[in-house]
Amino acid sequence: MSSDLIFGLYIFALATFVGYQVISRVPALLHTPLMSGTNAISGISLVGSLVAAGSHHGLVANVLGCIAVASATINVVGGFMITDRMLKMFKKGPQGSGANAAKKA
Amino acid sequence: MREQIVNLAYLVASILFILCLRGLSSPEQGRRGVFLGELGMFIAVVATLIKTEVVRYDFIVAGLLIGSTIGVGISAKLPMTKMPERIAFSHAFGGLATSLVGVAEYLKLHEDIALGHEVSRLSVGALGFEVFLGSLTFTGSIMAFGKLQGVITGAPVTWKGQNVMNIGAFFGALALLAYQVAFPASSPAWMFYTMCATGFALGILAVLPIGGADMPVVISLLNSYAGLAACATGFALKSNILIISGALDGSSGLLLSMLMSKAMNRSFANVLFGAFGTGDSTGASPTGKAAPGKSYNEATVEDASAVLQASQSVIVIPGYGMAVSQAQHAVRDLAAALEKRGCEVKYAIHPVAGRMPGHMNVLLAEANVPYDALFDLDMINDDFARTDAVLVVGANDVVNPAAKTDTASPIYGMPVFNVEASRSVIVLKRSMNTGFSGVENELFFHPNTMMVLGDAKKTLIGLNNAMKDGGH
Repeated sequence: MSSDLIFGLYIFALATFVGYQVISRVPALLHTPLMSGTNAISGISLVGSLVAAGSHHGLVANVLGCIAVASATINVVGGFMITDRMLKMFKKGPQGSGANAAKKA
Repeated sequence: MREQIVNLAYLVASILFILCLRGLSSPEQGRRGVFLGELGMFIAVVATLIKTEVVRYDFIVAGLLIGSTIGVGISAKLPMTKMPERIAFSHAFGGLATSLVGVAEYLKLHEDIALGHEVSRLSVGALGFEVFLGSLTFTGSIMAFGKLQGVITGAPVTWKGQNVMNIGAFFGALALLAYQVAFPASSPAWMFYTMCATGFALGILAVLPIGGADMPVVISLLNSYAGLAACATGFALKSNILIISGALDGSSGLLLSMLMSKAMNRSFANVLFGAFGTGDSTGASPTGKAAPGKSYNEATVEDASAVLQASQSVIVIPGYGMAVSQAQHAVRDLAAALEKRGCEVKYAIHPVAGRMPGHMNVLLAEANVPYDALFDLDMINDDFARTDAVLVVGANDVVNPAAKTDTASPIYGMPVFNVEASRSVIVLKRSMNTGFSGVENELFFHPNTMMVLGDAKKTLIGLNNAMKDGGH
């Protein structure tokens, strides 16, 4: 097995663990913003698309890369925008309505 | 040197992504989290652009411009009721992007082979996974989008031997991949493209048999596939930031789909292969006894309003029907009128209410309902016994007592609200049809249940008006 694979698996395992820990703290209240937020982050495939679109491996690769850049950008721009729009809407009650309010999140 | 700077920038971006998700643990910190995520993405993009492999910018600029325009276009004005569709749609784009990058990488790989370079098995294998998962996510998400939008029937589409066929196709693709990994330099291109095509076909075939009510699980699962595809890209390109972000996305999707399955008391396998409500389960179920001669109390808006006016405490249970008739503002108005009369109003949100995780919360937030009035299943279930009236707005399975009592019911074991424990129940529903889960709901025939049939939004507005007239 190549050391690249082992190294990659290390990163993958640790990142999955961190992701699981962080995400299990997200309350059900915010599951939709969570989905659109992770969707925006998954637009990081831009990193790969940009290289394909800007490389010198032939026009086909460039065109495919260009479409990929556009798709990923839709997710990044749209995803962050709509997540922010949603989060803006979540408001606390005027007087914090009741003691159980604090426990909710 | 330049490569080190790029990698350091990627590290910073990865940390910012984790902080972004960390921010989503509360509504107060959420927007700051989004800002950190945006910052991370900006850093990552700028770092990529200074990489030495990037030699031309025309295609990049074109892609970025087109993508930003479309992204802003569909996100700026999108109504919140369309969120599930929008999420499914964006998973499709994510899948498309990864599989296209995969194909571009494959072309480059072939160039290298032609030049006599060594090709690593890892890149071939990772590319295969990337393209397969990417294309599966693409078509699967398009199908999910079609089902949510109503372009494709929301009912499960099944035929004999369906699961065998799907599983066969899956292992076929896996076998092709295995061959390519075993013989990276000599395996023909058709294998790669067949694998890609199988992914496309499987995405369609796998989502077809899944009913609309199971969409929360499917959407979460597609989220997780999109993440895994990004991870595979990371392995193929030896890019840590892709592996990290993909893993974050993948684990989020997986966690959500596990939560959703648990909230329905069903296993993954059951959701994916079970084809809910096709008749094979309902046929054997004795719930048929509720069918003809059983009577229910059909109530007018005035009757229901009288009950609400006499109530000191009301719990509202929203469901997909509220989203369909866009009734969230009408719900809020009615609740405000009730609160003005000194009545306590709470909202009970089931994890699988609606078509995606958190769907109801977002709709109610849009209607300015404060989030501290929204309660999860286990937080509110004991309160029903102390509640005067429950208002069910377009929810069905989540208030079906058969889930607790009828072992033959297809939804048996699913955690549901103890609605029948409250003094009276008002159900707003379009008609007495069972809906496509095909499960009869005993609650509708309870003596203390009032059925107000018709469009939920109109009924709610009617209730609100009746309350003003009937007021002091």
